[in-house]
Amino acid sequence: MSGFDLGVIIRSLPLLLEGMGVSLLLTVLAIAGGLSLGAVLAVLRLSRLRAVRTFAATYVVLFRSLPLLLLIFWFYFLIPLFLGHPIAGFDAALIAFVLFEAAFFCEIIRSGIQSVRQGQIMAGLATGLPYGAVMRAIVLPQAFRNMVPVLLLQCINLFKSTSLVYVVGVRDFLTAAEIVGTRDHQLTELYVFAALVYFTLCFGGARLVKRLERRYAL
Amino acid sequence: MIAIEHVSKWFGEFQVLKDCSTSVAKGEVVVVCGPSGSGKSTLIKCVNGLERIDRGEITVDGVSVASPKTSLPKLRARIGMVFQNFELYPHMTAAENIMLAPLKVLRRSKETARTRALELLERVGLSDFADRYPANLSGGQQQRVAIARALAMDPIAMLFDEPTSALDPEMINEVLDVMTSLAQDGMTMMVVTHEMGFASKVAHRVVFMDQGAIQEDSPRDVFFDRPTSDRAQLFLSKILRH
Repeated sequence: MSGFDLGVIIRSLPLLLEGMGVSLLLTVLAIAGGLSLGAVLAVLRLSRLRAVRTFAATYVVLFRSLPLLLLIFWFYFLIPLFLGHPIAGFDAALIAFVLFEAAFFCEIIRSGIQSVRQGQIMAGLATGLPYGAVMRAIVLPQAFRNMVPVLLLQCINLFKSTSLVYVVGVRDFLTAAEIVGTRDHQLTELYVFAALVYFTLCFGGARLVKRLERRYAL
Repeated sequence: MIAIEHVSKWFGEFQVLKDCSTSVAKGEVVVVCGPSGSGKSTLIKCVNGLERIDRGEITVDGVSVASPKTSLPKLRARIGMVFQNFELYPHMTAAENIMLAPLKVLRRSKETARTRALELLERVGLSDFADRYPANLSGGQQQRVAIARALAMDPIAMLFDEPTSALDPEMINEVLDVMTSLAQDGMTMMVVTHEMGFASKVAHRVVFMDQGAIQEDSPRDVFFDRPTSDRAQLFLSKILRH
């Protein structure tokens, strides 16, 4: 190894970009799926029916207690045995991410809704607004402001976690960097570069969150 | 206008309301007072169905509050309510707070609702504050906006649940003044409060509650001059000593 060679990064930029594309696609799909499922779970957790509440709570406890990596293994190695056909690495990872992140998104959304004072609901109801309108016009806008910073931070964490797909052979950004580094015997350059890229994106994201937080503070 | 008949309510094992009966006639101002935890706030929240009653009956303008056939949103739209902690919507301006229910419930146009909101803000002395957010208003100003918000639905009666208890002393009078002028305009009012000065000037009748039961329900002068129950005498002697 002779010095720090930036050339390799420039030469392999297409491959690295393709990897970043996979990472971002997985992040966006996992957020979309996780948020949707999480919102449904949050509504279930706030249900008046005990059985429904218990179901959602059990889901959350279960999926928060399992390592994400184990879930990815499950959907890549175990579930295909029951199905009788393989699941592509990307798909297996996506399913695992959605199920896993939904548990966290559920809790963020639930605590956001519960952070709105009961008196606000009473005040809305007292003016004659039906419960649905109280939720839409009074509770959810406040809940959303309260939960946006935490939601965004969770999304940033999710983005970092996508590097786990390495284990099921999906060529995400980190995997691409690793492949290039091994191939050209320049792992140092590639690992440093990968760290810089993750840092820049995540730190930039976190800064953005801070600014949003200040702007929308109630 | 408001009739409360033999109302009882339990929170679990604890009976918060014990066979309460009273009424508020049209144009009448009734003050409900009593020590903390006596059930006053619970009783007033039963009047518009924010709390459910377990026994007895409450009717407002002939409509039974507890009947399953009653549409509570429709009933509540006709009764204004003001809360101890103001409960303005923090993400809306003063005017938007006032306009929300007229827009959504009465389906008024934006212009009509805004014009009416500005009128009401003027009435409570806050013409210049229409576009301020609650965070930029003092407690007294917030409570006056909350009164305007309740008035925007043209209510047939107003409920006040300790409207001045969360206020700094120097802001209490600006809220009481607005309430006094409402009373003078003939508004039907049920007011839970510790403000005995307001009661002695504005109320037609005073209801005294203790431990979930109505101990005394008398015309104002009778209540202040010669209360019949021992508990009310004790309460008054403590409150009026200063």
